[in-house]
Amino acid sequence: MKKTVTLGALTAAAFVAGAAGAATLDDVKAAGELKCGVSTGLAGFSAPDANNVWQGFDVAYCRALAAAVLGDPMKVAFTQTTGQTRFTALASGEIDVLARNTTWTFSRDVDLKFEFVGVNYYDGQGFMAPKSLGIASAKELDGATVCIQTGTTTELNLADFFRANNISYEPVPIETNAEAQQQYLAGACDVYTTDASGLAATRATFENPADHVILPEIISKEPLGPLVRHGDNEWGDIARWTLNALVAAEEYGVTSANIAELSSAPTNNPEINRLLGTEGELGAMLGLDAEWAKRAIMAGGNYGELFEKNIGEATPIGLSRGLNAQWTEGGLLYSPPFR
Amino acid sequence: MATMTDPPERGFRLSQLIFDTRYRSMTIQVVAMILIALLLSWLISNTIHNLEALGKDFDFGFLGQPAGYDINQQLIDYNNQMSHGRAALVGILNTLLVAVLGCALATVLGVIAGVLRLSNNWVVSRLTAVYVEGFRNVPLLLWIVLIFALMTESMPTPRDFRGEDGSSMILGESVAITNRGVYIPNVVFSRSLGGNEVAAPEAPAPAAAASPSTNMAGTYGASRIATGGAGVQTGQNNDATSTAADASGGAEAGEGGEVIPTSSVWDWLLILAVLIAGGVGAKVLGTRATHIQEATGKRPMTLPFQIASVLVPVIVVLLLLGASLDKPELGGFNFDGGVHLRNSLIALWLALSLYTGAFIAEIVRGGILAISKGQTEAAYALGLRPGTTMNLVILPQALRVIIPPLISQFLNLTKNSSLAIAVGYMDVRSTLGGITINQTGRELEGMLLLGLFYLVLSLLISGVMNIYNSSVKLKER
Repeated sequence: MKKTVTLGALTAAAFVAGAAGAATLDDVKAAGELKCGVSTGLAGFSAPDANNVWQGFDVAYCRALAAAVLGDPMKVAFTQTTGQTRFTALASGEIDVLARNTTWTFSRDVDLKFEFVGVNYYDGQGFMAPKSLGIASAKELDGATVCIQTGTTTELNLADFFRANNISYEPVPIETNAEAQQQYLAGACDVYTTDASGLAATRATFENPADHVILPEIISKEPLGPLVRHGDNEWGDIARWTLNALVAAEEYGVTSANIAELSSAPTNNPEINRLLGTEGELGAMLGLDAEWAKRAIMAGGNYGELFEKNIGEATPIGLSRGLNAQWTEGGLLYSPPFR
Repeated sequence: MATMTDPPERGFRLSQLIFDTRYRSMTIQVVAMILIALLLSWLISNTIHNLEALGKDFDFGFLGQPAGYDINQQLIDYNNQMSHGRAALVGILNTLLVAVLGCALATVLGVIAGVLRLSNNWVVSRLTAVYVEGFRNVPLLLWIVLIFALMTESMPTPRDFRGEDGSSMILGESVAITNRGVYIPNVVFSRSLGGNEVAAPEAPAPAAAASPSTNMAGTYGASRIATGGAGVQTGQNNDATSTAADASGGAEAGEGGEVIPTSSVWDWLLILAVLIAGGVGAKVLGTRATHIQEATGKRPMTLPFQIASVLVPVIVVLLLLGASLDKPELGGFNFDGGVHLRNSLIALWLALSLYTGAFIAEIVRGGILAISKGQTEAAYALGLRPGTTMNLVILPQALRVIIPPLISQFLNLTKNSSLAIAVGYMDVRSTLGGITINQTGRELEGMLLLGLFYLVLSLLISGVMNIYNSSVKLKER
């Protein structure tokens, strides 16, 4: 009897060991679609449009990745995740990549065993309050009721901010941005706090956006970026360099308008040639074909185009480039060389 | 003569394990046992292996690390620098609170509705039927969300209470119903057993320096949150008093400040103990009266003494503690003082009670119907009134039928309280099973602990109720 159990355990262990270790890239290719985790709906970043097609800045990254790997930007299965479910969804393999306004932190990178592939939006946590409250600074929020999405870094920053300023607050924990918006508009909380980009996106959907102010304090650094599971470095490389390709394309002046022309024959800029696959073997090193980056950029345009189209100043979200400008223009965006 | 011979001794054959009824049951059990052991070992080794593949270990050390997040409803002292374990404990107490409140209200509702549904009054019985069917057939989650939405969307905000033409508080300006919850007066003690805070007239330097604007015009800022565990405190209750003292040049610095009445758990435990003691005293008085009645035929007057034995000690204790009412007042952004019953708690409590109450009503109705009609007729023949008949004859017998399924309903209610997530009530699922897991990435450990907690709680409830059940069930002598 005892022996049987031991034997059984051994067999089971051996079986499991054999099954594990399959690469994400192979899984994605076999499934024929990329499983991408996004938020439950945040205008400009990820939200389904009237035709139920997902649109937005985070969504565009997933489409670029799908285009690079599978050749078709529409071959993406989107999974809506909340602040609480996103990491479990990624760790369990329910999604291949998470592009959901997720802050790159030490513990998530190291302890939660994820791999952030870069930053697609440099953000910081802010507060939004109705204008009628007459508040000019977050330091006047003593005793206020604050709506906060649980399971996020904003929750921890909020606690730190109020502790550091020695003022008190009443947290109202909520699950999704939509819920927060409803609670905030109903007056169940005085203030809504989340990343400043999220505040702008939320305010843009209000009936009277002008009735609400975003307070000047930015109380944290929130580098938002896509992430993948720890341990599959090949997949991590693909995800990382797809993001870099979008950023580099803007820097080199490769746009969706001129990419067909630039990729038809080698140009006199070797960096562009390597990026677009007309020179060198970069695609093969990733386990993809030579035109992977070209397809990624063609999916929606380079980083700048995606920004302007989804969250830029011409959109209702109205975010300025700010920190998210190219390094050549005083921003933080900086892609390592394609070499 | 020996015609009877022993059956030939045939050796044990393997086929007997299947075809011989003496061995078959044993065989089945052994095989089942092996299969279960295999399944378990596979589960465990699979878990270990997958954890290894993810590079994670199995460690409960996270319970000791600082939690970093705040919880709005805390029955015990908690701040975001305390550990995840403490946060889990706060959540556990919140779960227990809503479970106890819910079970109590559900029982009351259920018994009343169950009895009323059998009423001869057509309107009453139909109305109860509507209640029971309505709540039984619509998912609990919808009721929770509905009540929460009603409270949030239809009640005035605290801001609306400002000014002359604003909403007004009810019950002598002491209860405020807002879209953030209901604020009711709190009983506070100037000689609290938990120790009182004294408004020391020295300014907390950082607060005064960092926010010179917080005191302007007394509109926002400088709130006083001393609501018996409600509200997140960052340790500066006395900001208003102290900065005022500071402004007047520290003139009162020598006076030592005034005592701020507070309440602590110990006060309430003491009052509860005194109440229980009073109740036992009243019971003793009643028993004694019955003995005298049996011996002499005369029942001495007991009711005033019984009431006194319950009330007098409590009043004495309240006076000794220096009790006073702390009414909620509009200060800063919210109401301050008093007890803040949050919308999330109210919605969860009402929805759980109404929903489970509907099931309990059916159980009670079934229990009553299980009692022979002859019992009622016999009671009526003795001249008992319908109410007395129900209380003294029918319900005591019906309890035997009612209690076992009632235990299941209590368990259901307790476990359903984890639906708190829908309205942001910070129960143990939200703290330990939600934020803690999310911040630490310890899904397996957290969920195991959570499962263990619900298991232990369910077994406890079940055990206690079974003791009660054996006390009311039919005594066989």
